[in-house]
Amino acid sequence: MTDHQLPPSEMSLEWLRSMTLIRRFEERAGEQYTRAKVGGFLHLAIGEEATIVGAVAALRPTDYMIATYRSHGQALARGSEPGRVMAELFGRVDGLCRGRGGSMHMFDLERRFMGGFGIVGGNLPLAAGFGLTSDYLGNDEATLCQFGDGASNQGTFGETLNLAALWSLPVVFMVTNNQFGMGTSLERHSAQTNLQIKGEGFGVPGMQCDGMDVIDTWAVTSEAIRIAREERQPVLVEALNYRFRGHSIADPEDYRTEEEVLEWSKRDPLVTFGDRLVAEGVLNDEQREAIDLEAIEAVDAAVAFADASPEPEPSSLYDDVYVLSDQVRGWYSADHRGASLQKGEELS
Amino acid sequence: MAEMRYREALNQALAEELERDPNVFLMGQDISVFGGAFKVTEGLMDRFGEKRIRDTPISENTIVGLGVGSAMTGLRPVIELMTINFSLLALDQIINHAAHVRYMFGGQVSVPLVVRMPQGAGHQLGPTHSHSFEALYLHVPGLLVAVPTTAADAKGLLKTAIRDDNPVIFIEHETLYGQRGEVPDDPDFTVPFGLAAIRREGSDVTLIGISRMAQTAERAAEQLAADHGIEAEVIDPRTLRPLDLDTILESVAKTNRCVIVEEGWPHGGVGANLAALIQEQGFDDLDAPVGRVTGVDAPMPYAKSLEQISFPHEEQVIEATLALFGDRKRASRG
Ligand SMILES: Cc1ncc(C[n+]2csc(CCOP(=O)(O)OP(=O)(O)O)c2C)c(N)n1
Repeated sequence: MTDHQLPPSEMSLEWLRSMTLIRRFEERAGEQYTRAKVGGFLHLAIGEEATIVGAVAALRPTDYMIATYRSHGQALARGSEPGRVMAELFGRVDGLCRGRGGSMHMFDLERRFMGGFGIVGGNLPLAAGFGLTSDYLGNDEATLCQFGDGASNQGTFGETLNLAALWSLPVVFMVTNNQFGMGTSLERHSAQTNLQIKGEGFGVPGMQCDGMDVIDTWAVTSEAIRIAREERQPVLVEALNYRFRGHSIADPEDYRTEEEVLEWSKRDPLVTFGDRLVAEGVLNDEQREAIDLEAIEAVDAAVAFADASPEPEPSSLYDDVYVLSDQVRGWYSADHRGASLQKGEELS
Repeated sequence: MAEMRYREALNQALAEELERDPNVFLMGQDISVFGGAFKVTEGLMDRFGEKRIRDTPISENTIVGLGVGSAMTGLRPVIELMTINFSLLALDQIINHAAHVRYMFGGQVSVPLVVRMPQGAGHQLGPTHSHSFEALYLHVPGLLVAVPTTAADAKGLLKTAIRDDNPVIFIEHETLYGQRGEVPDDPDFTVPFGLAAIRREGSDVTLIGISRMAQTAERAAEQLAADHGIEAEVIDPRTLRPLDLDTILESVAKTNRCVIVEEGWPHGGVGANLAALIQEQGFDDLDAPVGRVTGVDAPMPYAKSLEQISFPHEEQVIEATLALFGDRKRASRG
């Protein structure tokens, strides 16, 4: 814990609620996975809640937020309905992306949560693209782009930081250093382990925050966002944190010791922040319990909502591959299974 | 009508669209001060300024990614990649992102992005600088693919591409930049996607030429008529997605024979795909197997003597066409 003062009570309580919702949501998502309600990969953010909530708290609703395949929490923190996030995990029509994206590809345009990307390092150029739009239109919107320590080795990291600095784009790059890229520890994948300085050669100054501490994450990200927004200077923020669960559900975790996990879990962001709120009289134990119950109820409701939501219609398979134009006589897609043509052709 | 070069027609299209829509902007390597590696963007920087004509570092994947991001948030970027060979470095952003963002996010956003780049062999640039990749991009659902061969189509299709709400792979041809052609004066002239052009009418065989090969097919058709009495109908699809299959099938129904000519490799080529579609949809109309003339199945060699036999010329098109007629027409040759 850093020595920041507590923010105003309502704000602190909001953060605790948000972190608790993410924790309970992720636990339940993992459980639903083991019941085969969720397919594919499932990357949980348990342990990383403070990094998510603190970073999102630094943004305005009009700012853009973009993250990785580990981003149920980002959607929730931006205000997406838990039921729609869960329905996406279940592959149902009421999912945020109508069952097209799944766990790795969440997206909520209305809340300017710009995804959810399955390609490590693929989201950095897009973030700079959002920044370019803000710059081009001359508004004061900023972009926050989260990615992992592993992603900092991709070519897009250097390319994007260079371009963002060269063009003075209002983007904050946040490398969430949870110590591992899958099963490869930081010192085994990056020659430079002090990630906050990894952007300096590209003209992007670095900052560091304690990603296990929601207040510090919020304070540092807020300053970085201010610099990006006001000084048109992109910033790299390294958030030091730890994921308590495996990389994805199917991860035997042979690359780390139980003692290490135990050591980090003493810094559980939910526990430490909750304890502090109680210690400083913002919250009593009963109210703390109530916040937890509220989150559990919200997640129960999310599962019920997702369960009740129908599977997508097979006839919707080709929806949104293209923006179809009624001016076009040719066909856009061919379905060879029926040796017949699909969507677009009947518009001729 | 005004006569102009293919590159000038492209330049006009860009200028008109930049003029029409303030959210249209260009990005690419050496496109502003230098005027573009093939001078397509010459003069645009003086007219529209650096904000809208943006030189980028040599970072293909990231440039396309910036294009995708800015397109998702309301701009209409037109990206120039120096040549199609370098688009291989941007495949992640083109395929995993540009093509799929709309679908995987359930239609919440669209990506009105144009990636322009030239392709083609014939300039002795060897294996890394001579690719033809229309088949590669045609493969990807979510992308539209335009392959203009005339100055008028270059202009009309580029304007349509910029106005379209889908990501468009716009493939120019290095050999065509200097060619002249008639281009309509009307500033609202566009060429719709999904509408093939019939370059020559004929009743004996349908020749489909892709990209520059539409011209090779046309020249072959003239020789077929003069030397063999075969009247070929020549079709230039102009866009491969959306594809005007109707025009192709109608032609094949009339001629009962078809040869597809492309510059790229044979395996998984445009011709392979078209041949499959034609036999699936028009099997009863065919009197002979669909013929294909393609680039050879090897990297592009440097030596002029080898390079010239590595991509199709009129002779191969004529030979492949005659093969469809068997002995009857061959006999009439002498
Ligand atoms: C381009 C690419 N390569 C490999 C993968 C497989 N993969 C998924 S997550 C991951 C590790 C990424 O680690 P990091 O960037 O540190 O993020 P974290 O998962 O720790 O949040 C890998 C290798 C991928 N999705 N994309």
